[in-house]
Amino acid sequence: MALALKAGLSTTRRQVINRVMGALLCLAAAIALTPLVLVIGFILANGAAGLSLDLLTKLPRPVGEVGGGMANAFLGTAILIALASAIGVPVGVLAGIYLSEFGDNWFAAALRFLTDVLTGVPSIVIGIVAYTLLVIPLRSFSALAGGVALAMLMIPVVTRTTEEALKRVPESLREAALGLGVAEWKTILFVVVPSGLGGIVTGVMLAIARISGETAPLLFTAFGSRYWQDGLMKPIAAVPLQIFQYAVAPYKDWHNQAWAAAFILMLLILGLNVGVRVATHSGFQRVQ
Amino acid sequence: MALALSPVPRKLRRPILGAAGLPDAAFRAVVLCFGALAVLALIGLIVAAMVEESSLSLSTFGPSFLAQNVWDPVKREFGTLPFIYGTVVSSLIALLIATPVSLGVAIFIVEMAPPWLGNAISVVVELLAAIPSVLLGLWGIFVMVPYLQRTVEPWFIERFPDVPLFEGPPYGVGLLAGGLILAIMIVPTIVAISRDVMLTVPISQREAMFALGATNWEATSWAVLPYARSGLLGAVMLGLGRALGETMAVTMVIGNRPDISASLFHPAYTMASVIANEFTEATFDLYVSALVEVGLALFLVTVLMNAVARLLVWSTAGSSQRVGAI
Repeated sequence: MALALKAGLSTTRRQVINRVMGALLCLAAAIALTPLVLVIGFILANGAAGLSLDLLTKLPRPVGEVGGGMANAFLGTAILIALASAIGVPVGVLAGIYLSEFGDNWFAAALRFLTDVLTGVPSIVIGIVAYTLLVIPLRSFSALAGGVALAMLMIPVVTRTTEEALKRVPESLREAALGLGVAEWKTILFVVVPSGLGGIVTGVMLAIARISGETAPLLFTAFGSRYWQDGLMKPIAAVPLQIFQYAVAPYKDWHNQAWAAAFILMLLILGLNVGVRVATHSGFQRVQ
Repeated sequence: MALALSPVPRKLRRPILGAAGLPDAAFRAVVLCFGALAVLALIGLIVAAMVEESSLSLSTFGPSFLAQNVWDPVKREFGTLPFIYGTVVSSLIALLIATPVSLGVAIFIVEMAPPWLGNAISVVVELLAAIPSVLLGLWGIFVMVPYLQRTVEPWFIERFPDVPLFEGPPYGVGLLAGGLILAIMIVPTIVAISRDVMLTVPISQREAMFALGATNWEATSWAVLPYARSGLLGAVMLGLGRALGETMAVTMVIGNRPDISASLFHPAYTMASVIANEFTEATFDLYVSALVEVGLALFLVTVLMNAVARLLVWSTAGSSQRVGAI
């Protein structure tokens, strides 16, 4: 009654408003989901049409010739991910351990804030940084530069998810270990980290899923290539890069290959996302 | 927060330095150096590298770099106004579309929908966030742009012949296409964060309203939204930050022409896409330096955006809460 007076509306009217707002919000949800359905649908349909074994086993043909594949790009993406993980995972996990286990001071608070801000730095900017640090001094686009650029994108994600995972480890576990006279470093390495391992792995896999589709930071670091890889100091092909180059080129055959590669890349990324969350039981964020 | 509930404050637990505490001190040093300081160094490196590389352009053009409406590498004239315009307008279009939709979805998930439906929508939105930019761009080029060019834009041009907003031939690519793609990309960001912000609103806020006889919507609009206001603002700003720096999808659909036009259908250019397109083609030092300065400007704006947005979100949800999907 108090509310009815405040709003100056009859109860029926208020019920109607409630219903209308509910319907509008439901509509918003439908609008938000439509593009997802459209994008996934088109990539599945157009990609399946262009799918062939050649895509995964053959090198690109010379410009203008029909046929060939992008086997080198799939290998390249795998190499780039391995490189990025080799750099990004240790740094990110250690930083996460620091934030979780020694993080009750102003320095950690600042670091936490900067890490979150770092997550929002545009990936193209990260590309410029890797170009400046590695491409200019080494005088060549390289797999190394691409891997470092992707690592820079990985680090803040891994750091924060590791911190979250370790914070969920009950305090009593730490106290039990310390109470038995176990040294602090052993407690962290052999009690806390193993308990939070599922969460750390989830974070790492999600970070990998994210960087495997990154294109912008590779444009002028990895650069792309139409041949098999020859060492880490040479330009390297990557699937998202190849999709971009093929999509903006005027050849019909390249468009089909771009769709087919997009099909595979999308399945890999969505599969990784769903699979990891199911496997580690960490799940998606729950509402209730 | 396990930290706050812990009966023994962690500070009191620190081992005494000495022979026995040495391994602990060593471990802490390793974690600090290779983890925390590495992250800090990374941030320092980003700033140092950008400033160093753009110094030539900074000293050559000064502040007029940001205000000149000319981009002519051949004549060595560089001004970024067209890119700033394209970036800001496409991001604003995205924000205009994405904000009401995303907040609506978040409210629906948290306050209205039955849990199973709310969770299902949450999952799908998080998957949308995982789709790489280049794949959205691919869809944009081959599906959305032709549709805009053949159906949407002619419709507007025919109905509103004298409105400057809808002037010119229907290119398909342009500000509108860029804004739409960006809207699709920032919806998951805003939904995820505003959902998490709203989940931190105490249940007692709602119960108090229900006890007064409020309907679901009244409880939401009078007790939940005001409580979460600054966090929701932060969520929208994070979305804006993402839109400003987004590169691939926009580059593929915005037309890449350094023009300033009132028409939504006119091709434009953004700061991120000029870097993406021209960086490897930049043939002399000043050109590269000018592009890096564009990147520096973009970096500073997005960092500022993110910093303010994070503080806003933290003011509602607390800093240790994991807010938003990755």
